[in-house]
Amino acid sequence: MPLLEYDALGVTLPGTARPILDGIDLHVGAGEVVALVGESGSGKSVTARAALGLFPAGADITGQVRVAGTGLVGADAASLRDVRTNRAAMIYQDPRAALNPVRRVGDFLTEPLRLAHGWSRNRAAARAAELLAAVGLPDPGRHLNQYPHELSGGMLQRVVIAAALTTEPRLLLCDEPTTALDVSTQAEILAVLGRLQRERGLGLLLITHDIELAAAVSDRIHVMYAGRIVEAAPVADLFAAPRHPYTAGLLGSSPPLHGPLARLTPIPGAPMGLLESAPGCAFAPRCHFAEPGRCDQSPPPPERHGPAEVACHRTAELTAPAANAPAPAAFHASGKEDS
Amino acid sequence: MSAHPAHPALAAGARRPLARLRVLGGGRLRRACLALLTLFVLVALLAPWLTPHDPTFGKLGDTLLGPGADHWLGTDQGGRDTLSALIAGTRTSLAGPLGVVVFSTLLGTAVGLFTAWRGGWIDAMAGRALDIVFAFPALLLAILAVALFGKGMTAPVIAMAIAYTPYTARLVRGLAVQEKARPYIAAYRVQGHSAPFITVRRMLPNIAPTLLAQSTVNFGYALLDLAALSFLGLGVQPPTPDWGAMINQGQAAVLQGQPLSAIAPAVAVVLVVVAFNVVGESLGDRLAGRDS
Amino acid sequence: MTAVAARAARVLRRLAAMAATLLVTSFLVFSSLFLAPGDPASFLVKGRSAGPAELAEIRRQYGFDEPFLVRYWHWLEGVLHGDLGRSHLLHQDVASVIWSRLPASLLLIGVSALMIAVVGIGSGVVGALRRGSRTDRSLMLLVTVGAAAPAFVAALLLRSVLGVQLGWFPTIGNGTGLLDRLHHVVLPAAALSVTFVALVTRVTRSAMLDELRREHVEVALSRGTPRRTVIRRHVLRNALGPIVTVSALLVSGMLVSTAIVETAFGMSGVGSLLVQSVDQLDFQVVQAIVLLVVAAFVVVNALVDLVHPLIDPRTAAAGSAR
Repeated sequence: MPLLEYDALGVTLPGTARPILDGIDLHVGAGEVVALVGESGSGKSVTARAALGLFPAGADITGQVRVAGTGLVGADAASLRDVRTNRAAMIYQDPRAALNPVRRVGDFLTEPLRLAHGWSRNRAAARAAELLAAVGLPDPGRHLNQYPHELSGGMLQRVVIAAALTTEPRLLLCDEPTTALDVSTQAEILAVLGRLQRERGLGLLLITHDIELAAAVSDRIHVMYAGRIVEAAPVADLFAAPRHPYTAGLLGSSPPLHGPLARLTPIPGAPMGLLESAPGCAFAPRCHFAEPGRCDQSPPPPERHGPAEVACHRTAELTAPAANAPAPAAFHASGKEDS
Repeated sequence: MSAHPAHPALAAGARRPLARLRVLGGGRLRRACLALLTLFVLVALLAPWLTPHDPTFGKLGDTLLGPGADHWLGTDQGGRDTLSALIAGTRTSLAGPLGVVVFSTLLGTAVGLFTAWRGGWIDAMAGRALDIVFAFPALLLAILAVALFGKGMTAPVIAMAIAYTPYTARLVRGLAVQEKARPYIAAYRVQGHSAPFITVRRMLPNIAPTLLAQSTVNFGYALLDLAALSFLGLGVQPPTPDWGAMINQGQAAVLQGQPLSAIAPAVAVVLVVVAFNVVGESLGDRLAGRDS
Repeated sequence: MTAVAARAARVLRRLAAMAATLLVTSFLVFSSLFLAPGDPASFLVKGRSAGPAELAEIRRQYGFDEPFLVRYWHWLEGVLHGDLGRSHLLHQDVASVIWSRLPASLLLIGVSALMIAVVGIGSGVVGALRRGSRTDRSLMLLVTVGAAAPAFVAALLLRSVLGVQLGWFPTIGNGTGLLDRLHHVVLPAAALSVTFVALVTRVTRSAMLDELRREHVEVALSRGTPRRTVIRRHVLRNALGPIVTVSALLVSGMLVSTAIVETAFGMSGVGSLLVQSVDQLDFQVVQAIVLLVVAAFVVVNALVDLVHPLIDPRTAAAGSAR
């Protein structure tokens, strides 16, 4: 049984033209790191929050999300609380916004232990200090009594990671965990997360806009566009041969972590807003390969192509080794001409 | 500081705009209040022609009559027709706050524009001085003025105008400092225009709508304070008709089970103040909405 | 160690600022006497027949022959030793007159403050948590009317309905004995509270709404903390800062309003003493009470500034208070 499983999850807000999430299928097993990559507004944060049973107010929800077998759509308060306290924990983008500024760091760390598990103040504090040491903070005893504003962003993100681990959940949800931090701190936080994940065999869902970062730390990558997963594949396969034009575009528009900095090619146009909708593939208006009369007519269903699952009408033709169709490698070239 | 008008004390201290009255369903309420204010102003202007009876003195045989055909709102202990006193009282009850608001708005605007323009130590010193004035609540200053200069309205109105000045001055200063940083001011300076010309003729029109919103709210609270003074017997002196004084005189009748001569002016006070608050705040809301 | 030193420096700075404000305000209150038209000595005995001997006595006591600042200094010295002058009307020390009236006023203020805190914060919380609901809208309507209902109107209605018609509460006087005093103080305290309950409700509601939108609130919920606990520990707790700051600014208005309420309910307290003294031209008493009210406001606001770091630790880090 996977730790986390999305089963055709759909989320629609009244008064919008298209669903925020549409048919999300995704699973994270123990010891597995899965990345969900997309531009802002693609629905990746909504997806992550759904794993804690947090849905936008007033939204219409279809499908199901299961954490350790517990369905969260339509769950009662007790099982929701159990999942949130014991089974899954979220690491947020901006640690400074995630902590209550008027409460001590120690309060933040020990809150679930003391409230849900009824631990004594001392026992919870001892456990919190242990965890602060585990995430590499130098002076746990002192940090417990400090206020958030007395710590740097990187230290606070370590506190948030420690807090996520207090009740020993098996699943970590990381929503852009390094975006708000400066570059040198980003690497440290990733190292801490990676180490803890391996040591504890955690399942980890990484939400990021940065496909290179996702490639560096995860086993599988799901690429999201306008509320749908457009391509899902193991990292190596995805990088070797992107099968969706959007994935190819992302690879062409993000700087590689290693190697020379090639010229970046931005994807033309802007992501589709919640008030717009298209009868066909949502990416078609921005796609170099969109075929009129086909791509703009009906949404492509996800299909298996080798190791990957892709939702594109033309994947078969575009990735075929035939000479007259552009090969995946040519996606980059084509993007360059256009920009 | 927020440009949102509110109770003066709140405007001074609140860091954020207060709860918006939009919750109440905005438009209709605002229009009703505006209509109410227009009505009261008309009544105040036309009072001498509207009163059905003598608003100052009643008849001996008419004391504490209930409402009837001749006296719609009954009479008070002096046999005076309550409706007539209420109508005539509109004039005195609105004139005092008008004096307070006009005077404090002029003074506060002058202080605010001047300190914002000069900045530096003058601004800092003026800020301290305004803090000191803040420590004197308007009604207390008005009571002190009565103790010094005797009962009546002139001294309390001046005292209250001084007490209300810091609120206006701070508002104007805050807005003027923002205006001063905008490019058009620099353009006027380069062209060699004088400080009074730039501040009064060019900056003030941009500040005026917010200032008007705050002054409208201030009017309501000034009316409350002056009515309180008359209620305490220290302001408008009977038999001159005034709402606060009427409530004071009607108290004894309340205990005798004839509350109308006191309740009528009380309702009038609350209605007018609610109307001023709603109109002032919705004006402020609209300005805030337009800015953001 | 340096943090402790910085904290101490901050406290000292704030206390010094408070002392300076008190000095200036007391000077203003003292000099107000000389704004009165005519000779200050005859002003002080105005309304009563005073022989030349009595006038001379007042001149000597007030030191009217000395330079202005020296006079102020002597007066201030007296005030600091608890000597607020002598009422020439009551032939008593002003301090002892006020002292005898103070308990009744403090009881009124205490009960009223309790009502304001409980009802104001309570309804503000309810309004914020049920934002936009029928409850919230009616609360906001009540707040709009309440903020415009002065103490004398509230007093009138409460006396008329709960006092005269229903007869539940006495409508006049202070009462004797603890229970009777409490019984007597309920209506006046309620009348005093109305406006301030409305203002505190508004501030609480908007501060709560601001805090409810913060990300750390969602974070706490996402960690399985029960909603009630989140509201208490993270929302209301964080909203306390603005609530306390605004409440402190309302103190002076509330103290002055005791004059209205005590007069309306025929209570014997400092507020009604102020009104009587103005009425009877007993200026020393007026001056002393004005000084007390202003000083109370200044001191309360300094205290609130000083305890603010306990409410919001970020303000301690921000360094000097304004």
